[in-house]
Amino acid sequence: MPQQAQCHFGRRSSAAPRGNHYRTLAESPWVFRETSPFGFGENPIAAAFVGARSEFIVPGVNGASGSIFHPQSAEAHAIAHLFTITLIICAVIFAVVLGLVVYSLVRFRGREGEADPEQIAGNKKVEIVWTIIPMIIVGVLFALTVQAMQVSDPPLETKPDLVVIGHQWWWEIRYPNTGIVTANEIHIPVGKQLSIRLDTADVLHEFWVPQLTRKMTTVPLLGNHVWMEARKSGVYEGVCSEFCGTQHAWMRFQVVAEPQEQYDAWVRNQQRKAPETATVAAARRGWRLFNDMTCVNCHAIQGTPARGTAGPDLTHLASRRTLGSVIVPNTPENLRRWLADPQQVKPGVKMPNFKLTDEQVSDLVEYLGSLK
Amino acid sequence: MDALARSNFIGKEAQPDAARPWIFTRPTAKTGIVSWLTTVDHKRIGLLYGMSALFFFLVGGVEALMIRIQLAVPNNTFVSHAVYNELFTMHATTMIFLAVMPLSAAFFNYIMPLQIGARDVAFPRLNGFAYWVFLAGAIILNVGWFMRSGAPDIGWFGYAPLTSKAFSNQFASDVSTDLWIMGLQILGVSSIIGSLNFIVTIINLRAPGMTMMRMPVFTWMTLVTAFLIILSFPAITIALVELMMDRSFDTNFFEVSKGGLPILWQHLFWVFGHPEVYILILPAMGIISEILPTFSRKPLFGYPIVVFSGACIGFLGFGVWSHHMFTTGMGTVATAAFALMTMAIAVPTGVKIFNWIGTLWGGHLSMRTPMMFALGFVWMFMMGGFSGIMHSAAPADSQQQDSYFVVAHFHYVLIGGSVFALLAGIHYWFPLVFGRKVSELWGKLSFWVIFIGFNTTFFPMHFLGLNGMPRRTAVYDGNMGWNTPNFIATVGAFILAVGIGIYFAVMIYTYFKGEKAGRDPWDGRTLEWSLPNPPPEYNYAVIPTIHARDAYWYEKHHRDEIARENAEHAQAEASHGGIHMPSQSWFPLVTALGLLGGGLCFGCKDAINATMSGWGMTGHNFGILFAIGFGVMVFLGALLWALEAPGGYHVHAEEEKH
Repeated sequence: MPQQAQCHFGRRSSAAPRGNHYRTLAESPWVFRETSPFGFGENPIAAAFVGARSEFIVPGVNGASGSIFHPQSAEAHAIAHLFTITLIICAVIFAVVLGLVVYSLVRFRGREGEADPEQIAGNKKVEIVWTIIPMIIVGVLFALTVQAMQVSDPPLETKPDLVVIGHQWWWEIRYPNTGIVTANEIHIPVGKQLSIRLDTADVLHEFWVPQLTRKMTTVPLLGNHVWMEARKSGVYEGVCSEFCGTQHAWMRFQVVAEPQEQYDAWVRNQQRKAPETATVAAARRGWRLFNDMTCVNCHAIQGTPARGTAGPDLTHLASRRTLGSVIVPNTPENLRRWLADPQQVKPGVKMPNFKLTDEQVSDLVEYLGSLK
Repeated sequence: MDALARSNFIGKEAQPDAARPWIFTRPTAKTGIVSWLTTVDHKRIGLLYGMSALFFFLVGGVEALMIRIQLAVPNNTFVSHAVYNELFTMHATTMIFLAVMPLSAAFFNYIMPLQIGARDVAFPRLNGFAYWVFLAGAIILNVGWFMRSGAPDIGWFGYAPLTSKAFSNQFASDVSTDLWIMGLQILGVSSIIGSLNFIVTIINLRAPGMTMMRMPVFTWMTLVTAFLIILSFPAITIALVELMMDRSFDTNFFEVSKGGLPILWQHLFWVFGHPEVYILILPAMGIISEILPTFSRKPLFGYPIVVFSGACIGFLGFGVWSHHMFTTGMGTVATAAFALMTMAIAVPTGVKIFNWIGTLWGGHLSMRTPMMFALGFVWMFMMGGFSGIMHSAAPADSQQQDSYFVVAHFHYVLIGGSVFALLAGIHYWFPLVFGRKVSELWGKLSFWVIFIGFNTTFFPMHFLGLNGMPRRTAVYDGNMGWNTPNFIATVGAFILAVGIGIYFAVMIYTYFKGEKAGRDPWDGRTLEWSLPNPPPEYNYAVIPTIHARDAYWYEKHHRDEIARENAEHAQAEASHGGIHMPSQSWFPLVTALGLLGGGLCFGCKDAINATMSGWGMTGHNFGILFAIGFGVMVFLGALLWALEAPGGYHVHAEEEKH
């Protein structure tokens, strides 16, 4: 795992650590998912106040992960810029109009026993003025929009650097140039603009990395494209933002942006096929289990007969940061919980509970853990 | 005499028809449950709509509170992901189709005929039918809560292909999506029937002298909304029928593997869905355009422009649907075109707001509770409007779409807009409808609690969206910076609930114990305030003649002229036998019951068939057979409706006591 990514966790890498903004993955509170008898997660009040201290000082300015105000690509930058200008224009109009309302409330408050006010029904000149002014503002806004669209609009059909395929409820990542297939974790070199083709294996999903790229729906047969670029190294949070069924909330992914050398090293590692035989006895038993049970129907491990495509490719599972589409850190304990009952970790997930014995789970964890 | 020539009811005395079998005679109960079940009185139907809408407003509100409890803290386990999806689907469906739309329909029914000086709507039995069909649709939508399938969980937008059997059925005989499809289709029937009735009423039953450009703005907005409904509902009906065919009879409209186009659903849905937004907001704008002049003691500023911009919003509303699809990859030209059209709507909307300010300007403002809600509307609706403009800039929307920023936006428009205006309207017309006046202190208190609760709930959502929180997520992690805004929003939701609670508790108290209101308590400007409260069954003892835009204001300043006219008209009407009233009927209810049964059986056919085969009965599609049985009931109901006695009777208005 690249060290830089680990400690910055999707936030600006140049800033000095402030308070507890800079949690590492292992410290993150998602590790705790126990159910309390009151139907709340771990200590709700404490959670809320920790949030109050560390994360809501000024929203969007403190570098919260996933804020569109911290764009790290040309495209996201253009969008943030357009949004800011629109916001300022709207705020000014809002202030003026609200000022007029408040002024009339103070100035024209009725008093007891007054004669009726003059029954004015309208004024043509005023009407013309306040029709034309909004038209001009709309014209300006449209010009700004078109300008931003030139940067932020998706590329025309090009040869993609990356193909991302949405599944219920995980992301398949394919690198056509290097033949790498992975899941829920996109590695990119810093500073390169990549073209991504978006597809879906089932329903509509939506690809969104707020700091790096706009949203785009994965529509069957349509083959949408987006640009993606990261100007700084780090881990950026991504989500599926189109409702796609039961586990929509847990269809997340991460973009790991690394300097070119680290990225190249990652590519070389990913291109290795899995070893034919494991060295540890437990792992060998795990591999046999993997082969004998129905695992191979859904999962692929390059270099072995496992060729399934319904579930994530597991060739380098142990090198990934998270499990279950970025819902728990990839640790042996979490992998064990997942294999013991995936439905308990991620209710509704398409992987059934195989009712494995403890021993079988240990062997499988050993084997999958060897797939670095 | 003009009034004689254009009298609304020139009819013969209905002949008592002893020869008819009992089934063709018309019920005559004036009190009790039968009188409500068979009613054709637009005011009673309006009350039925209002009460049902408020009930579903409560249901949708409870769903909202459950959503907010779930999101109060990260990774909460108050409800499961699956139940959460049902909650947000049903919260939206309920609030849009079962709360705000029927509450608007309640005002259309009750107020609009009074405002144009009519004695009922054009088709009184059809009006009753529209209500009962609405209730049938509402029941079908919600019945899933009590079944194994659960409530619909595909989102109120029901995007294909998630709605296909392959993806939305949690088990083979899961019928929640089928019930959603049937419920919405039946609600569409109700809306279209109601709207045609309102259009015919407004075109044909206006009192003499009530030209189109003298109609109150609320009546105008009723007309525009009715046209929006009859033009937009067919689009969603087509989409729902296609989806129903896909699910029931294996057609391929949205089935990708057989060449179907999921994106077609989105186009059809939003061709309906965007005008629907204006269906929800235009009645609200109409109500505001009534309240602001009354409490400013001035006519509406720029009446023709306000009416025209309302109609203009309606027209433009049909040309902007794809701004809901900026992230589907429509291509640059389409995106730019829809962005421009969307921005264009800001112009007539802005003009309306400016004219409302023009109405306040130079007036003598009286800060009564309805006025507070109306001013709250102007402020909150502006906020929602401005975030709407931010969405119209397509690239900005490509970051905001499907995030909490959008959730904040449309709640500002729908609660800060529609609901504030409807609450203002309830307060405003309460003395007319029930003859009692709501306490100002409690009214204002409820306003402030609602106002504060509403902003506490939805303002933080702007930040959540911009910080990357997507919509429709059952849980979120604690390290994303979303904890505090979410917690604040939940606290706000409970404050809002308290405010709504105060509002309606005060209404109920006032209904029983409130101070009696005299006629015309607000010194109103439009015709309905000329009536005694509550208005008699026949509304107007004498059909009024209209001489000016603010008809009742004119009347109050020209009493002699009006008294002379009314005496003439009363005489003319007496020579026709008095006031002609329509008879009640059972058949709207019977026909609607057929639709209810048919919709339920067709929607639940998979569950019914599974149950029947559990009892050893296979070989037939029993669900569809039952549905056909109820179809026969619909047919017979309509047939008997056509054959029943023409009915109608005359009343002689009592001398009114002042």
